[in-house]
Amino acid sequence: MELLAFGKTGWGDELFYATLMTIAVSITAMLVGFLFALIFTPLKLSKYKTLNLVGNFYTTVIRGVPELLVIYLFFFGGSGAIMYVASIFGYYEYIEINAFITGSMAIGIISGAYSTEVFRGAIQSIDKGQFEAAKVLGINKFGQFYKIILPQMLRLAIPNLSNVWQITLKDTSLISVTGLVEIMRQSYIAAGSTRDPLFFYSFAAVLYLLLTYISMKLINKLEVKYSRGY
Amino acid sequence: MDFDLMITSFPKLLGATLVTLKLLSASLFFGLFLGLFFAILRLSKNTFINKFAYGYSYIFRGTPLLVQIFIIYFGLGQIEYLRTTFLWVILKEPYWCAIIAFTLNTGAYTSEILRSAFQTIKPGIIEAGKSLGISNKIIFYKIQIPIAIRQSLPAYGNEIILMMKGTSLASTVTLMDLTGVAKYIISTTFKPIEVFIVAGGIYLFMTFIIHNVIKYLEKKYSFQQ
Repeated sequence: MELLAFGKTGWGDELFYATLMTIAVSITAMLVGFLFALIFTPLKLSKYKTLNLVGNFYTTVIRGVPELLVIYLFFFGGSGAIMYVASIFGYYEYIEINAFITGSMAIGIISGAYSTEVFRGAIQSIDKGQFEAAKVLGINKFGQFYKIILPQMLRLAIPNLSNVWQITLKDTSLISVTGLVEIMRQSYIAAGSTRDPLFFYSFAAVLYLLLTYISMKLINKLEVKYSRGY
Repeated sequence: MDFDLMITSFPKLLGATLVTLKLLSASLFFGLFLGLFFAILRLSKNTFINKFAYGYSYIFRGTPLLVQIFIIYFGLGQIEYLRTTFLWVILKEPYWCAIIAFTLNTGAYTSEILRSAFQTIKPGIIEAGKSLGISNKIIFYKIQIPIAIRQSLPAYGNEIILMMKGTSLASTVTLMDLTGVAKYIISTTFKPIEVFIVAGGIYLFMTFIIHNVIKYLEKKYSFQQ
């Protein structure tokens, strides 16, 4: 137990901050994912074949390639890509992106592919009559989406989004390979310096279980909120 | 774009794909039995057995695969007692540790898939079997299991693809699978995009094959023929 003490003697505070880091990366990645879903869901639902192709390419490639490979692509290729863009604008210094941004972008793109599929499924399962009725009532495009489609879509999407959240949360453990100090990386450091990997990795597992358990409870509340009236 | 690198790295990555496929097939094979075993436990009326099976699937589905591999590979070696038993022959090999971790992980997901498949079987089918005088054992093996397998095919197909992506974590315990070799080539040549295209292409090809095989099986064993 003294291994988990707070302060200089134990790893309690380090692991606590690492847990906060995991939560921060997961939330950022989830939001980045929503952003991607916002772009790619309309593409997948579009009438135009080329746009469909772009949307399908994104979801198929990301969901068919291991997360770790995507992370390596970002980790090794991230600063190169940014520097290439910067060189177009005449900036030639070395740019290093921090691990947090690289990690949440990589996980965000992965999470976005899953979110896109969830939103597409949810929108497609809304009754066509709802779209038509909104149109007939003369509600503008923004109102149609925001007041009529979105609330119905959320109710259908939340259970699946909760799965996406779980996947995202667990995927953040892979960012540890880039050196960002989240739960997994901190456990690795602690295990290395105390030579007690069994304890620290088991403790990491407990932390992850706790995070998934708490988030499930919170999401269930949201689910109840959005399905009132059903 | 460095096409030469893409061409020269292709055979190396293809060789590493063999390791990925070995890991995948071994863990799926063992995982299917483990999953079936725990699915049956989940259906048991005994609360203790039921809770035990639920706990197993909850723990393995609620924690990242990376943690599971690290506990088995780095953690278990720490137990002095284990080093003296015959288990150490298996546990000192990263290859077997990875397979054990993958098996336990896919077993948890498979047990959930099979459990829900068993639960969707209409009671009428089992009653029909009973009224024909078929014994409980044969009803289970000849009626329930085939129907459950058919029901769970789409979900199990997804699980195979997820597991294929999961095998990439073997590279974190020093195994040179497809991702491991890809990382090695990236870190020696600093050409991430080229290597990603080739390695990602191989993964996508495998996803494509798995997807279509499952689709074929679904069609072949569909109820409306």
